[in-house]
Amino acid sequence: MSEFVDGLLARADTEGLLDVAYATLDTPLGTAMVAATPRGLVRLALPNEDPDRVLTSLAADVSPRLLEYPARLDEARRELDEYFEHRRDHFELALDWRLSHPGFYRRVLRATARVPFGEVITYGDAARRAGNSRAFRAAGTALGSNPIPIVVPCHRVIRSGGDIGNYGGGPEMKRFLLELEGAV
Amino acid sequence: MAEALPPFQAFLDEHLHPVRAFLRGMVGPNDADDCLQETFLAALRAYPRAEATNLRSWIFTIARRKAIDHHRTRRRRAQPVAEPEELIDRQGASAGPTSSALGMSARHSEIWTAVAELPPSQRAAVVLRFAVDLRYREVGEALGTSEEAARQSVHEGLKKLRAHADDLKEMAR
Repeated sequence: MSEFVDGLLARADTEGLLDVAYATLDTPLGTAMVAATPRGLVRLALPNEDPDRVLTSLAADVSPRLLEYPARLDEARRELDEYFEHRRDHFELALDWRLSHPGFYRRVLRATARVPFGEVITYGDAARRAGNSRAFRAAGTALGSNPIPIVVPCHRVIRSGGDIGNYGGGPEMKRFLLELEGAV
Repeated sequence: MAEALPPFQAFLDEHLHPVRAFLRGMVGPNDADDCLQETFLAALRAYPRAEATNLRSWIFTIARRKAIDHHRTRRRRAQPVAEPEELIDRQGASAGPTSSALGMSARHSEIWTAVAELPPSQRAAVVLRFAVDLRYREVGEALGTSEEAARQSVHEGLKKLRAHADDLKEMAR
């Protein structure tokens, strides 16, 4: 039956019917999930997220034409594997930003995407780079709603006092990522 | 607010095997997978406009249409519709792990050959009731008829099958 499903998926992809493809990914933090539209990577679910809820949200927020189709995620999975194996310090993936709020929130995330591997900035820095230096709380909210963590490295944004601050996957995960990058 | 559609993957996981069993009963094991692919591609195309409240009825309606299209195409090619001997021969030819989805022993083949000779609506009802194991209410939903009409179709179909079984017994004597 899996052969049948493979044939179905290949035809669906050729006909442009596969609005969202997803795949799972083993990481040192646990099993993550990645999802992509034809435009690019749209979502990365950290291991602490419930996969069923993530898929239900993707169906509602992007498209219900959502299928497990790892072929579309080969490149994303390869780059993430390399990142966790200390063989990659930046991602070259096309991103689909549609799940982030247009406006200030998205500007915060785009600014964060440019913070290099091994460096950190503060919430205030992120707010200023997004064009509103006083909105550091809103910047924190924007980063907390990051649909593509790790690839959009919201873990590189920390508190001004040096405390690493909150993280969607929990502070331990944030510390793990910053240590992997040699930033703390 | 309208009920949200589940991810297509969940929909596929839930309905793939029942719809396959249905199509095997409707068009025979050899052509079932082609019809199955057509069915789920058509479903995927139309999925964003589907009603979340009755997806099972929806997918069986599509499958039934694909089975009818399949029979029409075959007729246009001037081929008989699933001749009994042909069905049995093909099952023999493809005997292996894949031919067992409907439990196709020789005896079962006879039964399904007889099913293949039923009028389309009775055939669909009998297949949905016994190969897909739906309740009468669900058979009705899948066929777009009432529960009572579904029960009636199955009843009529079974009557013909019983007559056929008696004929078989006569022949075996």
